[in-house]
Amino acid sequence: MAECHPVAFQWVVEAKRRGATIVHVDPRFTRTSALANIHVPSRVGGDIVLLGALVNYVLSGGHEFREYVTAYTNAADILPADYQDAEDSDGLFSGYDPVTRTYDNSSWKPTGERDLTLTHPRCVFQVLKRHFARYDAELVQRVCGISEADFTRLAGILVRASGREHTTAWVYAVGWTQHTTGVQHIRTAAILQLLLGNMGRPGGGIMALRGHASIQGCTDIPTLFDLLPGYLPMPRAEDETLDGYLTRLPDTGFWGNKRAYLVSLLKAWFGAAATAENEYLFPLLPRLTGDHGTYRTVLNMIEGGVKGYFLWGQNPAVGSAGSRLQRLALAKLDWLVVRDLAVIESATFWQDSPEIATGELATEQIGTEVFFLPAASHVEKGGTFTNTQRMLQWHHKALDPPGDARSDLWFAYHLGKRIRARVAESDAERDRLLRSLTWDYPESGDEAEPDAEAVLQEINGSGPDGKLLNGFGELKPDGSTRCGCWIYSGCYAGGVNQTARRKPQSEQSWVAPEWGWAWPANRRMLYNRASADPQGKPWSERKRYVWWNEQNGEWTGHDVPDFEKTKSPDYIPPDGAVGPAALAGTDPFIMQRDGRGALFVWTGLKDGPLPTHYESAESPVVNDVYKQDTSPASVLYPRDAATSEQLAGHAATYPYIFTTYRLTEHHTAGGMSRTLSRLSELQPELFCEVSPQLAAERGLENGGWATIISARAAIEARVLVTRRLRPLRLADGAVVHQVGLPYHWGSEGLVTGDVVNDLLPFALDPNVLIQESKVATCDVRAGRRPRGPALIELVDSYRHQAGLEPLDSWTASTQEGS
Amino acid sequence: MAALLARAACCLDEDVEPTRIAKWPALRQLTGRDRLGRGAAVRSPHTEAASPRTASAERVVASICPYCAVGCGQKVYVSAVNGKDTVTQIEGDPDSPVSRGRLCPKGAASKQLVTTPARQAKVLYRRPFGRAWEPLSLDAAMDMIADRVVAARAQTWQDERDGTAVRRTTGIASLGGATLDNEENYLMKKLWTALGAIQIENQARI
Amino acid sequence: MTANRLYGPLADVSGDAGYAEHPQRVGFFTDTSVCIGCKACEVACKEWNALPEPDGDVLTLTGMSYDNTGALGSNSWRHVAFIEQPVPANGHAGELITQQPVDADGATRWLMASDVCKHCTHAACLDVCPTGALVRTEFGTVIVQPDVCNGCAYCVSACPFGVIDRREDDGRAWKCTMCYDRLRGGLEPACAKACPTDSIQFGPLDELRAVAQSRLEELHAGGETQARLYLDDPDDGIGGGGAFFLLLDEPEVYGLPPDPVVTTRDLPRMWQWAGAAAVVLAAGVAVAFSGRRDTA
Repeated sequence: MAECHPVAFQWVVEAKRRGATIVHVDPRFTRTSALANIHVPSRVGGDIVLLGALVNYVLSGGHEFREYVTAYTNAADILPADYQDAEDSDGLFSGYDPVTRTYDNSSWKPTGERDLTLTHPRCVFQVLKRHFARYDAELVQRVCGISEADFTRLAGILVRASGREHTTAWVYAVGWTQHTTGVQHIRTAAILQLLLGNMGRPGGGIMALRGHASIQGCTDIPTLFDLLPGYLPMPRAEDETLDGYLTRLPDTGFWGNKRAYLVSLLKAWFGAAATAENEYLFPLLPRLTGDHGTYRTVLNMIEGGVKGYFLWGQNPAVGSAGSRLQRLALAKLDWLVVRDLAVIESATFWQDSPEIATGELATEQIGTEVFFLPAASHVEKGGTFTNTQRMLQWHHKALDPPGDARSDLWFAYHLGKRIRARVAESDAERDRLLRSLTWDYPESGDEAEPDAEAVLQEINGSGPDGKLLNGFGELKPDGSTRCGCWIYSGCYAGGVNQTARRKPQSEQSWVAPEWGWAWPANRRMLYNRASADPQGKPWSERKRYVWWNEQNGEWTGHDVPDFEKTKSPDYIPPDGAVGPAALAGTDPFIMQRDGRGALFVWTGLKDGPLPTHYESAESPVVNDVYKQDTSPASVLYPRDAATSEQLAGHAATYPYIFTTYRLTEHHTAGGMSRTLSRLSELQPELFCEVSPQLAAERGLENGGWATIISARAAIEARVLVTRRLRPLRLADGAVVHQVGLPYHWGSEGLVTGDVVNDLLPFALDPNVLIQESKVATCDVRAGRRPRGPALIELVDSYRHQAGLEPLDSWTASTQEGS
Repeated sequence: MAALLARAACCLDEDVEPTRIAKWPALRQLTGRDRLGRGAAVRSPHTEAASPRTASAERVVASICPYCAVGCGQKVYVSAVNGKDTVTQIEGDPDSPVSRGRLCPKGAASKQLVTTPARQAKVLYRRPFGRAWEPLSLDAAMDMIADRVVAARAQTWQDERDGTAVRRTTGIASLGGATLDNEENYLMKKLWTALGAIQIENQARI
Repeated sequence: MTANRLYGPLADVSGDAGYAEHPQRVGFFTDTSVCIGCKACEVACKEWNALPEPDGDVLTLTGMSYDNTGALGSNSWRHVAFIEQPVPANGHAGELITQQPVDADGATRWLMASDVCKHCTHAACLDVCPTGALVRTEFGTVIVQPDVCNGCAYCVSACPFGVIDRREDDGRAWKCTMCYDRLRGGLEPACAKACPTDSIQFGPLDELRAVAQSRLEELHAGGETQARLYLDDPDDGIGGGGAFFLLLDEPEVYGLPPDPVVTTRDLPRMWQWAGAAAVVLAAGVAVAFSGRRDTA
């Protein structure tokens, strides 16, 4: 957190000074560790064992917040008799099909019965206990290399800092997500936090530290293949009708208003052309048939199926896993559009990619037509970023962008106008959506910049009279309202750009509700009804946040209550109720169909209802907990799956773990930092961090050079020998060395270096298709890497030793196709 | 002491106008309170003129840091330099409840992000199999890109797949960074969906 | 002469430098126990003061932990030091500053500290400057006046901390001004403003000294017995720093001199001796001449 979110870390420093205990779990001793009370070095890839052992510590010690757990979670739900846990079948849950690597979840669905005593052997609480019973301090030592004493200390701190009077917060970043088991890491933390009563309460929660200015916004209003704005799923081929599609979403809780959300979106997009009769043009939306994510798409490019590619401030030639494949893919396109502030590697791959040096690509043989279009910076356009706390903040335009530079809003809008002009006379069915699109935003200035506030107003939504809506509660399912993103409705409440509010922090409460605007409904903390007990009284006076005011018959507090304002704590839903009315006055988790925190997740997860330890796709260690070694559902594309599976048992060839990360001084793939002298000089060269023991083992010298070889690539880096990295002793005394590699460098900019992401495979989490870039295996040798074709020979010599085919056969198919 | 007393005399300007004699550091040193010539007596015009450039900014614009997702408040100071609007300083906004005026090294470097000569301000074009960048007008580039989108879409359009309607193209892909504004993402998603392009992705996946 | 001393406590440095009316003396308190080594101070300083940019071609890794700045210099007025320090198994009692869990190889902790010009109460750079380029400001800080400096570099060798440095291109001496222009506009220096964790605090020196004392007590109470203040004492060899520090170990660990003394401390005495010698010499010359006359 201190490394990549230094300004947010001020609050941690302040909390520490007020008596909070700060624990940092990380394979490396970082700038965050330096200021924590305790650093716990851990083997990367072992997080579910560590977190699961904490769950077990809580449950076996009776440390759970029982009243909270009983009232607010699904602990009492009874599972069907045919449910089989991973404990019963050595790492697999019931319903697994090894051929398709998928689960049928029908045996996971709770029966509908509940046992509030939490003693029924098939109730979630008891299943949870059994599931994690073997996750103990000794297992943590064996798998993660954390001593039993350190684990027990950590567990004690956690339990002492939770309960009625205290809360614990967990903070994570991509150290948890970039794994084949990424979603399950967060799930384990969620289980822990629900058991300890740390959700929906001040000082509690699980905070994602997102790494980019509006990465939250990029999922809320997604440029992601599987989502529509507001977390509505993209339709799949089987969603033939609007009604059919809506059955995929819950009927109860706030998803119960799904029709209003979707219809309002379609009305915002297609205006008068969207009618009840034509199902608001829903049938014409494009349909998904599986994974269309960025990694799958890159493989499609290599196979020749993609003609054109747009990059908007993104540099996959450096920043995406398997960067080598990314660049080979760019070379297979018909055309490529790159929009950025400066010329980046993804725009110049045809000139200076490493594959030109190795002879795998030749400039004059690359047929990709490349357009580089300069982009406006954040001060040259108005618009909103959504920060990591779901808060939208408007940034005002300060001046015009230079030369041909334009905002991405300008580019999207004017490209749309030109495309629409080209199909204006078309009567083809496929052009109907394009022609129906509402695409007429006010323009201003010589450059005809579209009005970003008008776009935000469309996102906020309006009623039949064109008046801006005050919130998503006003959305109607009958086509009379328009709203581009239901969760953002209210950002323009009262006709005022709420996101531009800047009331000084010194002039408002600590919750600061009048700075910017947080979705939904300007709530700063989600599920905050859980900060009060079932009767609506704060669990603790110290930790009061929202509560039921009996006199006024409403919820009130420091924040906007995340609950229907006048729903009494004693409200019991009538039979057959739908929507929010189906939730009781004691159900705080209002986006869940049952209103309760999910200790057990029976639907929506592809790799099991409970977190389970699997080794990473590449690991020098065999799973110590189950026979099922790696995630049974992880997505390993054929070319790489072969690699990963064959790698098992080849720890001798690739004996070390490497992990990739960012440094304070740089930003991601370097497009916004390697062009800046102020930042470049602070971290001028790629380096690898190794322990003194590994340095001795491999003859590495501080300040010298090392070559790091994985099954996919070999790169060189300067060496930092540091005691901040230490070998970890696992089961039976096995020692694991971990190599740290920041990944900011490429061939462009003021400071250059090899591309670390070249080393990584395409191994994805099945739920969200995020790549496993936090852990893979390598060898390290002293000295610089070979130049030219000899580089490939080096990689191949290792592949040969591991029994893998040569690299050129591995990528050979990349040279076929178009 | 002699050295200290003499020091101010060293900076006497030979061509000083008589009316400015009273400002001679040596005179000030000998007649004022700063007898050692280490303070008030030896202040230079540069020192006397010192004031923060932000004080004379033509406008101060509220912004948000474009790097990580903490969302630190920024104040952007703009002045005309050689008749051209120029960002002269970006620093933290003390009013922000998120950041209280503070910035990390990246945030503190954001003026350079905006003003660096490394920024490419003109469209560049590389023709197929070309060996060098070529200039191209923005207008021509926009038309060429629009033509290519329309053509690629037509060539790769799928009305159905395995007998089920899909109404899409997999011939066009997009990958956005996460420094895009919400409004930008919104227009992109809206346009792509209307175009039937589904391989629309973002750093948020990564 | 009592108002113009070169050594020892000095209550009113600005008054001593001839400012009849002046604001309170201001300074930096750098609390290294909350420094996260982010280098925002280095960048904010360079951006505000428009310090020359480095040549990209010569940028290389130093291999000294995360420090690639190396030292304070003419173009780096803040410098964050990174010290990776082995800690003996029983050598560290507190829990306020992290170290790795102890294993067979002991443990490591990582100290970070942002260094800066000390704006000494008795500033040798100022005392030796023959041109009046170095000057005490009304805020009690010490700055180089670039329109006066002739690049003689006497100040460079005089500084007991090695802070002040000449730029190769223009030959003049440069160092931290505590953002003199910002102070004149009522703003705090750029580094202190940016510092995410308030490791760099700016304010009236008296107040900072009180803050520092209470922070020190807090750390001591938390078991960080090695924590200490550095250059906070008006009785030290520079009369106390206008910039002072809370360190977690000996100053040498951070590359700071343990007991700095203003290099001009003995100047008055030297001049007394010189004066006496001159008198003797003059007398001798007079005698010699008179003798000569006698003999002439």
